[in-house]
Amino acid sequence: MTHGTATLSRRVAASRASRSRRQLAPWLVRRFGLHALAILLAIVLMLPFYWAVISSLKQVTEVRQIPLVWWPRVPQWGNYAEVWNVRFFPGWVWNSIFLTVVATTGTVVSSSMAGYAFARFRFPGKNLLFTITLATLMLPAYVLLIPNFMLFWKLGWLNTYLPLTVPFWFGQAFFIFLFRQFFMTVPIELDEAARIDGASYPRIFWSIMLPLSGPAFATAAIIEGINQWNSFLRPLIVLNQPETYPLSVGLRYFVVNPGDNLPKDHLLMAAAVIMTVPVILVFFIGQRSFVRGVVMSGIKG
Amino acid sequence: VATLTRTASAARPLAAPGKLQREQVFWAYVFLLPWIVGLVVFVTGPILFSLGLSFFNYTLGREADFVGFDNWIKAFTQDDLFWPTVLRTFAYTAFVVPLSVFGALLTAILLNQRLRGTTIYRTLFFMPHLAPTVAAIYIWLWLLNPQYGLVNELIFQIGYHLTGTGFKGPGWFGDPSFALPALMLVALWAAVGGNMMVIFLAGLQGIPHELYEAASIDGATAADRFWHVTIPMISPTLFFNSVLACIIAFQTFEVPFIGTRGGPAYATWLYGLHIYQTSFQFFDMGYGATLAWILFIALSFFTFLQFRSFRNWVFYAGEERG
Repeated sequence: MTHGTATLSRRVAASRASRSRRQLAPWLVRRFGLHALAILLAIVLMLPFYWAVISSLKQVTEVRQIPLVWWPRVPQWGNYAEVWNVRFFPGWVWNSIFLTVVATTGTVVSSSMAGYAFARFRFPGKNLLFTITLATLMLPAYVLLIPNFMLFWKLGWLNTYLPLTVPFWFGQAFFIFLFRQFFMTVPIELDEAARIDGASYPRIFWSIMLPLSGPAFATAAIIEGINQWNSFLRPLIVLNQPETYPLSVGLRYFVVNPGDNLPKDHLLMAAAVIMTVPVILVFFIGQRSFVRGVVMSGIKG
Repeated sequence: VATLTRTASAARPLAAPGKLQREQVFWAYVFLLPWIVGLVVFVTGPILFSLGLSFFNYTLGREADFVGFDNWIKAFTQDDLFWPTVLRTFAYTAFVVPLSVFGALLTAILLNQRLRGTTIYRTLFFMPHLAPTVAAIYIWLWLLNPQYGLVNELIFQIGYHLTGTGFKGPGWFGDPSFALPALMLVALWAAVGGNMMVIFLAGLQGIPHELYEAASIDGATAADRFWHVTIPMISPTLFFNSVLACIIAFQTFEVPFIGTRGGPAYATWLYGLHIYQTSFQFFDMGYGATLAWILFIALSFFTFLQFRSFRNWVFYAGEERG
């Protein structure tokens, strides 16, 4: 076995050396090809964004002009002001921000607590409860949607923000799992030392787990924040007063907004851009923890 | 799941049994209280409730009638939309899942070539996944607009340069035979650089480089290396992504709902829309719950089948085999 490994590594070393001399030209061609492929893919994937932004800056006369206008003669930044002045639009933005902040905070607080319990405590029923928690990850949303809707109806919660905020203060399986995975990487010796010094469990959670798990909280807040900002079906079935809509539902209303008969595509594109920009900004700010969170939850799942 | 619960129970107790142990149990349940309440009130309770509901004829605000299996029989035999909708949803899933999983894998392989600027590429590829679905749908409706859309204009231009007359692009969301492919296009655009790709990339980075070099020395071509090194080494991730992609594809709602309202001529009427219309437009909660439970059972069965086949093709590098 050792003989085989030695031979193998010698052969690998030999192949590396030979590549540097004989295979330089093919290697360069291959690199160039891969870059070309990556750039092409990037262009194809980014084209819709480019087209949305460029369309949002066109004049009414340019929107449906053929041949297509790839760059507006004079960028119409005023389109964004016009969108902002559409009835309810600023309200939709604020509603979205409010719902996102309240629901995300609730998810992070309640899920981190449960994640801490699963990561650190021994208690009867733990395995069963954890298995159930993981099993709920597989549930299709529709199975819960109908009975939850009836519950909200019975409670008189329809047309309020309660169904869109309160349930999120009771934890979500995915984030409980995410927090548990992170907390288990914090050395347990820290807890033990704190216990010996007489710290209570809430104190350990607050003064040891929280400060050491910044990336976990960032990841959960970003993922859930984006989910909430994009959330469509729940607000759609719960709310029916246009002024209470979040942006995701309002955008639809915006399309059928009649008025004159002129094309509104440029305004719709401006609204879509307004909705997309905050998500991309948040992603750029937290990109590192976001990608790590996706990987962590995916690989270990 | 089994491995996870095993590790969970392996967490060390902080002190000997007794007072400390009781204190731990107490605090564990305090920390878990919100989740346990949430689990009962918003998850397990509702699941059981909706199963019960499927045996009632119940429209919101009216009296509930116990009807036994009538709703279930109605779905399979009397609802004219049911089977076409199921088949359409299967067809959609059967195309979207392999295309998006392999698309994401190929993108991840491209990003794993240690190219200069990989971080920039990764960020750009990830953007479509980030775009709010609602916003993305409107952007795509505009791109695929039959008369003024960018895509058909590009198709026309390509034809013009090739033959001098210009090709006429399809009607996309307005054409019954192109509406479903248009939905797939939107899903693929969001998927090839998204979460799945990030997860694949992490999996690929865990493959020891020596395996590829050893294979090359033994004369393996790029295709051999892909099928005999990459695929076996990435198979747990491939499995995870495929299961998740199926669950998501079966439940597709927003794109057909906003983009086409299920039309034209029911061409994009997927299962999610059927549940939505039954429950939240007709408020026929009994039948809606039945439809949701059929989806739940079908998904569980499908996932079970995937787990069954799992042993045959998923390879764990650390695994001992007799």
